[in-house]
Amino acid sequence: MFIYTVKRFALAGLILIVAVTAMFLMIRAVPGDPVSIMLGPRATPELKASLIAQMALDQPIWKQLLIYYGGLLRGDLGIDVFSGRSVVEIVFQQLPYTLEMITLSVLWSAALGIALGAYAAAHPNTMIDRIAAAVSVSFVAAPAFVVALLALLIFAVQLQWFPAIGAGEGFWGRLNHLVLPSFAIGLSWVGYIARLVRASMLEVLGEGHIRTARAFGLSERRIIMSYALRIAILPVVTVIGVGMGFLLSSAVFTEIVFARPGIGKLVIDSITTRNYPVVMGTVLVSTGLFVLSTAIADLLNALLDPRARSAK
Amino acid sequence: MSDTLLEIDNLSVDYETERGDLKALRDISFDVQKGEIVGIVGESGCGKSTLISSILRLTAPNTRFRHGEVRFKGDDILTKTERQMRDLRGSDISIVFQDPMQTHNPVLSIGRQLVDIQHRSNATKAQKLDIAAKMLAAVGIPDPQARLKQYPHEFSGGMRQRIAMALMSEPDLLIADEPTTALDATLEVQIIERLKELQSEMNCAILFISNHLGVIAELCDRVVVMYAGAVVESGDVREIFHDPKHPYTRRLIECDPGHIKTRARILPTIPGEVPDLVNLPDGCIFRDRCEQATERCHQVPALEKLKDGHFAACWLNHPEEATA
Repeated sequence: MFIYTVKRFALAGLILIVAVTAMFLMIRAVPGDPVSIMLGPRATPELKASLIAQMALDQPIWKQLLIYYGGLLRGDLGIDVFSGRSVVEIVFQQLPYTLEMITLSVLWSAALGIALGAYAAAHPNTMIDRIAAAVSVSFVAAPAFVVALLALLIFAVQLQWFPAIGAGEGFWGRLNHLVLPSFAIGLSWVGYIARLVRASMLEVLGEGHIRTARAFGLSERRIIMSYALRIAILPVVTVIGVGMGFLLSSAVFTEIVFARPGIGKLVIDSITTRNYPVVMGTVLVSTGLFVLSTAIADLLNALLDPRARSAK
Repeated sequence: MSDTLLEIDNLSVDYETERGDLKALRDISFDVQKGEIVGIVGESGCGKSTLISSILRLTAPNTRFRHGEVRFKGDDILTKTERQMRDLRGSDISIVFQDPMQTHNPVLSIGRQLVDIQHRSNATKAQKLDIAAKMLAAVGIPDPQARLKQYPHEFSGGMRQRIAMALMSEPDLLIADEPTTALDATLEVQIIERLKELQSEMNCAILFISNHLGVIAELCDRVVVMYAGAVVESGDVREIFHDPKHPYTRRLIECDPGHIKTRARILPTIPGEVPDLVNLPDGCIFRDRCEQATERCHQVPALEKLKDGHFAACWLNHPEEATA
């Protein structure tokens, strides 16, 4: 298990290096002179030259990349050209807002989705199963930003149950501000996870060992809860691992609709102003989180499945 | 109380399919006495598995019991509630499944599973673990305490099948569903020996399902020959092997690899295919593959008693009716 963990994180590191390099090259392929956009049309040539020198834009691209990696090793992602603040500071200031929103979304949708899927699989082809299927599919089909807009209109504007914008202060204030965004993000995940759990649960219930458990008179409840579900949630763990990373990027819609701070909003703002260091920093951190969450999902899978553990 | 433990009485079971009802079992009748070993033999698809799952009532959702009874200790199993069935499973009736690689839950430790099946006992968890270790030791698994923490995939197939038998409480009826088919020959001998031991220790009856005639001859007192969902012949094991009264049984014995003395270039087989059980042909079910079929075979022959304890369903055993 230890060797597997080390290997998995080495792979994660490798993925990160490739992703950062690709991102670094891509952002420089975007047309537009960053220095002119940053300094505005009335900037003097001297000012431009000093900024170019400061950002090392006059160096060949491989040297720029090396300089960037050098900073990375020291935990330095560069300086925001406008405010002069450290990029690390800016990104980690915004990150908690996005993380709390995504985590809450995934938690509630996984809990509800697993319960719904397991129940449907335990009662296949009944009325409840069919209703669950119809509801799940419509949830999956609803894009998060549409749900976000509708939720905003109904629960914030009409009913005024929850705040419409911002992130709130204090624990309860923040939680209150999280309800609608995480509802909007999580809804399609509920449907997705429910369908996934139902399918994998039905497969597991048809396996020989379940027949053994039944032949020994174990209760159906126990068979479902501890014998079948442990196996049926394995694919869900993987999907959530990838999903967390995916949500880091798609969170931007929800953050804009609810005018929430967060890295999604941060990256959009900095792309429009060609704020290279901030874009790079944000992308790097969210790529890191993506790689981390898939790695954690793999490790969790290995922990839950002894076969995977000894195979690697 | 009589000595009859299990009576299958005119049991007919269908599977509802999109093509229509698949008549998996038709008018099955036989019984198992206390402490007796009865073998069931037949090709795959002959309804052996349906029969076992009917006895335990662990059938697929599309199964329909059309008529007949399965009486265990005199009570009809098919009318019992699910709760009553659960009380029978694993205590009065135990089963060893065909594929040991599929028998155990892959993500739970062997110890956990051996503790879970003692769910009827009031012992503490530590006591149950102790019993589990003793069970493993009893079937010859070395270092049982340590192995309790291991998972099924860390055991060999033979070990897993022995563990499957270790799980046994003291049943009155043990169903062995082709327990040696997935194992190699040396392991097969071990499993057969173990079954014999179990039978003498617990004095339980065994319903032994196999398509290996040699094993049936070795182990069983009586044998039931099934073909395409019906019993074609049943009786004392020696009787049947020395004087089979149904052409299917005869061909089955001829085709058994253990029976072929000289090295044949082409192994004998029974020509033809098992009939479609959705659209049953009329008459004798074996007619299309039978070399001795005559006009009479357009009528279904009944399973008739030829002598004490020997039944067969074939017109050839009734020559006097040929003239009629």
